Amino acid sequence: MAKHQHAHPVVDLRTSPYIRRAPSVPQIMRNVVYALLPVCAFSVYLFGISALALMIVTTLACLLSEQFFCRMAGKKSTLPDFSAVITGLLLALTLPPGFPLWMGALAGIIGISMGKLLFGGIGYNVFNPALVGRAFVQAAFPVAISTWTPTLAANRFSEFIPSTLALPFMTPAPTAEWSQTVAIDGFTGATPLALMKFEGVMVRTSDLFFGTTAGSAGETSALLILLCGAYLVARNMMDWRLPAAVIAGTAICAECFYLLDPDTYPTPLFMIFSGGLMLGAVFMASDMVASPVTPWGIVLYGLLIGLLTVLIRLFGGLTEGVMYAILFANAASPLLESFTQPKVFGDQ
Amino acid sequence: MAESTPSDTPLTLEVFTAGLWRENPVFVMMLGLCPTLAVTNSVINSLAMGAASIFVLVCSNALVSVLRKLIPKQIRITAYIIIATFVTMVDYIIQAISLDLYNALGAFIQLIVVNCLILGRAEAYASRNSLGKTVVSALGMGLGFTFALVCLGGVRELLGASTLLGFQVFSSNYEPWVVMLLPPGGFIVLGCWLLLFNWLKQRKTTKMIAAEEAMDTTRQIETS
Repeated sequence: MAKHQHAHPVVDLRTSPYIRRAPSVPQIMRNVVYALLPVCAFSVYLFGISALALMIVTTLACLLSEQFFCRMAGKKSTLPDFSAVITGLLLALTLPPGFPLWMGALAGIIGISMGKLLFGGIGYNVFNPALVGRAFVQAAFPVAISTWTPTLAANRFSEFIPSTLALPFMTPAPTAEWSQTVAIDGFTGATPLALMKFEGVMVRTSDLFFGTTAGSAGETSALLILLCGAYLVARNMMDWRLPAAVIAGTAICAECFYLLDPDTYPTPLFMIFSGGLMLGAVFMASDMVASPVTPWGIVLYGLLIGLLTVLIRLFGGLTEGVMYAILFANAASPLLESFTQPKVFGDQ
Repeated sequence: MAESTPSDTPLTLEVFTAGLWRENPVFVMMLGLCPTLAVTNSVINSLAMGAASIFVLVCSNALVSVLRKLIPKQIRITAYIIIATFVTMVDYIIQAISLDLYNALGAFIQLIVVNCLILGRAEAYASRNSLGKTVVSALGMGLGFTFALVCLGGVRELLGASTLLGFQVFSSNYEPWVVMLLPPGGFIVLGCWLLLFNWLKQRKTTKMIAAEEAMDTTRQIETS
């Protein structure tokens, strides 16, 4: 700038705002993808090529359906804004690593078409598109979506989990026997949350923290997800209050139950680090369109997600409640916003 | 719907086909959505619900049409409760024919009495048209309603259970989409059908406009 200044007026007088460039949508979305990549890489390390194939397939399904529906609607393609890539990666991270690829592709198509483009595309989606896709396959294929496989299986980089390569529309092969043969030590086929709910067994919190337990592809290492979230906060692309409020809501609600009866209910730490809560808090709940923008709205929204998650986990029919908690809070977010409109200084 | 057929027009094929397509109760007028969503988890349920609705619709509308000069205007809605008579008849008939079917349809048979399609047609058509036209129109409407129910039921049964009318369609290895048999499946499939029908309608309108414009240009060329 300085050396060219002689060609321009010497003093450039302007009124505020002085920051000339706000980060554009593609820029933010690209950074979220960067933040997601370590989580994806760790998931591939834990679950092998099946997880990688699932990520590639869901992302491609999201990109292709976005392109297809944009063309059908006669709109400009919205592929370059990277938002479909995020949906695809997030979707893969919420699914079991051995989820059949054709079901993953279906979830991607449903997520993008019914969760996003039906409402008008990026900026207008009421719900997080990845979770819409997951909710659909959760209801459609209840068996496949609760079939878990062990981490760090012996041949994970050379062979697929048997259920991964099911032919389109066909029932996936059973994985129970395969899981027994490849697991390093005894594998029960249950996630920590299922163990807690149905058998009253608690997994050590340190295992949860570093992520070597069974579960969805991306709901494993709490530590890694927190670090990736910290990157987004540092780049000023996510409000730190949002994940903090989700975690606080979970902790407060879990603590209440724990104090009530420590024998039946798990500790708040277990609740925070198990299942998809960390992934949900950092990457899902923070969907920029579907979450509130007012400061108090964000806090209430986070607390609501935490509260609902604990209630669904403890008393609902499913073992994991983060997805429905976030979808519910997405629906409530316009209401929360209207409650918490900040008062303009000097307003009556 | 009311203003489209004043009472002195003759009985034409259009009176019959209106309900099938142009004024289809579900896909165009969006009437009677409660049974449409609730009982269409298989084709047989859809057909039974459609048949029951046709019976109630035709009989009650015919009676309303016959009595239209006798019923005072102020209490006409109350008088339309004759619909309930026919619903009770259908209720007993289905119980007599097949108890399985009766249990599958549940409360929705009795709920035909509050189906807004039937009350709507009584108010909008039967109360101001002659008996012959009313019966023909009610038959068209009922068949259109059944058509819509079968459209939903077919897709839901095919994807949710891989059968059609109880016959296996896909191989036994097919993974059923459980969601299609659940309430969300009803909403999703109805939405997709509405999308398709609106798209067809839109395409037809754009084509008609294009054709008219083409006619106009040829006419202009001829006159000049």
